[in-house]
Amino acid sequence: MERRSIVRDAVAVGMATGAYGVAFGAAGVAAGFSVLQTCLSSLLVFTGASQFALVGVIGAGGGAAAAVGSALLLGARNALYGVRLSGVLGWTGWRRLVAAQGMIDESAAMALARPEPRAARLAFVSTATSVFVLWNLATLIGAVGATAVGDPAVLGLDAAAPAGFLALLAPRLREGGGVWRVAAAGAVIALLATPWLPPGVPVLLASFGVLVAVRTR
Amino acid sequence: MIWVALGLAAAGCYLFKVVGMSLPSAWLDDPRVLRIATLLPVALLAALVAAQTFGNGRALVLDARAAGVAVAAVAVLFRAPFLLVVVLAAATAALVRAVSG
Repeated sequence: MERRSIVRDAVAVGMATGAYGVAFGAAGVAAGFSVLQTCLSSLLVFTGASQFALVGVIGAGGGAAAAVGSALLLGARNALYGVRLSGVLGWTGWRRLVAAQGMIDESAAMALARPEPRAARLAFVSTATSVFVLWNLATLIGAVGATAVGDPAVLGLDAAAPAGFLALLAPRLREGGGVWRVAAAGAVIALLATPWLPPGVPVLLASFGVLVAVRTR
Repeated sequence: MIWVALGLAAAGCYLFKVVGMSLPSAWLDDPRVLRIATLLPVALLAALVAAQTFGNGRALVLDARAAGVAVAAVAVLFRAPFLLVVVLAAATAALVRAVSG
């Protein structure tokens, strides 16, 4: 019974993130990535916020270093999920190497919600698989669709990327505990630095906004 | 340039995932590590929202994107699903551009 509800939840999460994959596919093409490059981002990088940062910074005229830097800073949280979950999942060797690619927000959240190891493993595998399949399928659809459309600005696709970041940020803001201050500091630092630094670098600089919270505690 | 960035981002993000699964869990005992790791995405995402709404190269501009993101913010307040937030933002920006020519 529990098995069935775990798998059903996994499919639901996959469909929700899949919808968002269409937006990524379109954002990738709008940023100047080819359909192949956009699809490879979803297959190989496979962690949504980092992928959006990668195409967003390059689309805004930023260099490779700033784009990769933003993507890596956002991807660092997956390491944290791994630290929390590796004991429960208990995989080593090639299983760990394969499972690692699936260590993302959704699969980690679903596995952490199941204290019993067997249920946690099933939740992790089913969520990671369902998100991987639907995310990549959706990316292809979004990328091909955006290519057919042509000029991204006409469809307002350049507003889709910041709106997407806002939607990713919202659940974190609801957690409270000085989170708002950190977000405000990050945004202000990025805007103040924009006239003085190459595109993409202000966003990296904004990571120092975290110090606001760490120092005031 | 895109290929290089894509390759490095893919390798780096995968490395984070693997390294995390290989670290001892005692690594999380320091509350500062946990706090910084939790808050880093908040600062970065907020910066990305600001930069991609108002940034245009090295200039700060107020254009159709701001209208789109403002509508997205309202949608987020009403807890609209992700895709709806994104579609509303794009549609608003497109509409503002179409009207203002």
